[in-house]
Amino acid sequence: MNKEGIITGGPHAAHAHDSAAGHHGHEHHEQHFIWKYIFSQDHKMISKQFLITGIIWAIIGALFSVFFRFQLGFPDTAFPIMEKFLGEWAKGGKLSPEFYYALVTMHGTILVFFVLTAGLSGTFANLLIPYQVGARDMASPFMNMLSYWFFFAASICMLVSLFVETGPASGGWTTYPPLSALKEASLGSGIGMDLWLLGMALFVVSSLLGGLNYISTVLNMRTKGMTMTRLPLTIWALLFTAVLGVLSFPVLFSGVVLLIFDRNFGTSFYLSEIFIGGKALPHIGGSAILYQHLFWFLGHPEVYIIMLPGMGMASEVLSTNSRKPIFGYFAMVISLIGITVLAFVVWAHHMFVTGMSPFLGSIFVLLTLLIAVPSAVKVFNWLTTIWRGNLRFNPAMLFALGFVSLFISGGLTGIFLGNSALDIHLHDTYFVIAHFHIVMGVSAFFGMFAGVYHWFPKMYGRFMNNTLGYIHFFITFIGAYLIFWPMHYEGIAGMPRRYYDYSAWESFKQFQSINGFISIVALVVFLTQLLFVFNYIVSIYKGRKMTTLNPWGSTTLEWTTPILPGHGNWEGEIPEVYRWPYDYKDDGNGNDFIPQTTPLRPGEESH
Amino acid sequence: MSGFIITSLIILVFVIIYQIGKASEYAAVLRGEKKVNAQVNRAIAFMLLAIFVLGVWGIWVCHQYFQDKMLPVAACDTGVNYDSMFRVTIMVTGIVFFLTQAVLFWFCFKYQASEKRTTFFFAHSNKLELIWTTIPAIAMAVLVAIGLKNWMQVTSPAPAEATVIEIVGKQFNWLIRYPGADNELGKRDFRKINDANNVLGLDWTDPHNTDDIIAQNGEMHVVVGKPVKLIIGSRDVIHDVGLPHFRMKMDAVPGITTTLWFTPTITSDSMKLITKNPDFVYEIACDQLCGKGHYAMRGTIIVETQAQYNKWMASQPSYYAISNPQPAAPGADSTKALPVADSTKAISMK
Repeated sequence: MNKEGIITGGPHAAHAHDSAAGHHGHEHHEQHFIWKYIFSQDHKMISKQFLITGIIWAIIGALFSVFFRFQLGFPDTAFPIMEKFLGEWAKGGKLSPEFYYALVTMHGTILVFFVLTAGLSGTFANLLIPYQVGARDMASPFMNMLSYWFFFAASICMLVSLFVETGPASGGWTTYPPLSALKEASLGSGIGMDLWLLGMALFVVSSLLGGLNYISTVLNMRTKGMTMTRLPLTIWALLFTAVLGVLSFPVLFSGVVLLIFDRNFGTSFYLSEIFIGGKALPHIGGSAILYQHLFWFLGHPEVYIIMLPGMGMASEVLSTNSRKPIFGYFAMVISLIGITVLAFVVWAHHMFVTGMSPFLGSIFVLLTLLIAVPSAVKVFNWLTTIWRGNLRFNPAMLFALGFVSLFISGGLTGIFLGNSALDIHLHDTYFVIAHFHIVMGVSAFFGMFAGVYHWFPKMYGRFMNNTLGYIHFFITFIGAYLIFWPMHYEGIAGMPRRYYDYSAWESFKQFQSINGFISIVALVVFLTQLLFVFNYIVSIYKGRKMTTLNPWGSTTLEWTTPILPGHGNWEGEIPEVYRWPYDYKDDGNGNDFIPQTTPLRPGEESH
Repeated sequence: MSGFIITSLIILVFVIIYQIGKASEYAAVLRGEKKVNAQVNRAIAFMLLAIFVLGVWGIWVCHQYFQDKMLPVAACDTGVNYDSMFRVTIMVTGIVFFLTQAVLFWFCFKYQASEKRTTFFFAHSNKLELIWTTIPAIAMAVLVAIGLKNWMQVTSPAPAEATVIEIVGKQFNWLIRYPGADNELGKRDFRKINDANNVLGLDWTDPHNTDDIIAQNGEMHVVVGKPVKLIIGSRDVIHDVGLPHFRMKMDAVPGITTTLWFTPTITSDSMKLITKNPDFVYEIACDQLCGKGHYAMRGTIIVETQAQYNKWMASQPSYYAISNPQPAAPGADSTKALPVADSTKAISMK
């Protein structure tokens, strides 16, 4: 690779060149606060911006879930504290149904898009891609900065929508029309929905700017010797995440734009034969199902956009802390490719009961259950990775192990839902809630936590507190199962999701006490996440200082950079790579790992 | 004020936990970090094993608690097939679940860090990959085969003798239309809808409409042992006809007509005995978020014998008679005109 001129374009190109030539950027000129911390083009700073914005959104989104869990768990009790937070929407401490639905909708939107897409990919693709492929920064640092600021603009849009008089969008995170298209249909379909659509449109722009950057960096800016087959699995995973996003987000964009047209300009893409608010609307000929196809063409790849980074990071963390190579590197890459390709041809399994042709349904059943195969390969490879290892249980490792456990549990229930003949009863029940929360909610979060604990020293030059990490892990892991395991049973009984109150239903009111139990656990788990945030913030300033370059004994390139690298990452030359990233074996000097930068010994075969 | 106190308390607790955490790390340094780390590692390995054992026990307890609550008695033939397929899938996934989780936690315990162990450099094995690609593929093929067989069955065309009933969702209740004596549902047009006297927009120029019966209380009557075909529609947004006891579900989409059919095999009265619940009722749950009243969009199904059904049907006036209470109206004879006045009041829109 061409090391000179790796960073082209952008006002700081020259600055990065300086570092490349072996100078300290900081010695030259102290960057102004605004350029260093706000409009930064350094991938490391942008990754922190994504992570911190993601954390703020995660607190808001999780707090919403605590509020609506109060309602679900204790429908007859008033919680005056909710009135403090929500004002009019929770008069007398009881949520109104409209706002209950708004909270459910925003909880989904925030967690799926703003936390587990932007907060997860944005953080770790930005942090790890340049570090682990051996690049000074992204292909286009300027576009990278724009990616964050479009995300920020999208965040502002969503945040504002929380404060408008008619409330934020309340049609579910999938915002199916006509409910979301007609102002008469619900309060949340007013200005709140417009802000939601605008926010999502901006979000798509951010995601595309980021994704294109990630792909071009991985493909073009690898350091000398870093062939594709020497990339760590994190990079493979983040690469396919970006590919998924780049190919599917534009389809959501088109869906969103058509919905904006239907709402504001009198078109009938999604609307047909509707009588609402006492009058028949003029729309004829549209199809409400069209939106679902457009939405789920993104929506399904989206769950893999959320899952893949976690898979990559879990692979890396498991291997490092087992002191063993990842088992089946190529099988891992091929299964990632398999998942990526299949992700595009399974979307209609969310639509088995929309009246879609049953024949088409059966094709989607076949393709959906096919995904179980690469997923199973990954699980077995992780298990073999820890087999006969030497496991160090630091918090990152625990979260990676928890990730595997949750991925198994949540993945297996997908086999029920992907099979249309079983889905017809389980569709839109609590079984679905349990399934996707375990597999792409909690499990993806575990991947993210593993990443944060593992790379925190690289981000801040300090460690997070281990004891708090252990408390965080055990409560979250046990809590997640306590919350979502019983929900499977409720779903099997047919209990529908998105209900404000079940007390009028003969078939479902029997689950009241279990709903209360779930709500209490949810509150405990929420407070534990605050403990994590507390640990995160305090450790930035007070954490134990990093004294060695490579605290975990890792093989990958990021641990060859200085403790707090400047813009450009390496002082002097970018190191050259000679071997794959999983050489966890005796190096002949008493170490149990060989960094990628160590040349092959005479007679040693490259992996 | 109370909010402030709670927030400060939480932060205080966090600070205390953090200080303890930090103190323990300093203590570890004093006592020899390596030794303490090894102890912690061992303790955590035990805790992981304990979590697995407790977890299995917890699953058992949970299962006991939910056993007779989770899958309600299936009240149709396809529902019985559903339950057996469900059990097969539970078995397959259950075995995989326990094996993989047991292996995961056992490896955690068995291979916890130890000074003595040298790790086994084991990077790949095509044989193993082949095994665990093939076995899941075969298992999936079996499940797909069972699934598609059942899927074909539940989505097959309804038998010709099926009773046809139309069910239309609106915010936030179900409207149910029976075809009446001519056994044919007349045309309807959303532009003719009028909440006062034409809730479904029936086209009065179509003679098939004059004997159609509309129930606005969301109560559907069907005959036990006789196939029933639902013609599903929506007036406004997407709803969904969810029938947990019949293991059926189908969206109600404005502008599109969907259908489903099933053959109820247990009457509501028998079901009260089976479930030992005198209040038992088959419920129609809206399963697609449709607005603020979504959670209250409840319908019911009364499964009864042919005799009970005929008796009930005979007492129902046609919607035409209710909406057009002139004695001269075609299809509404004078005997049926009497209850009409009362019904009109009863069904007037809220």
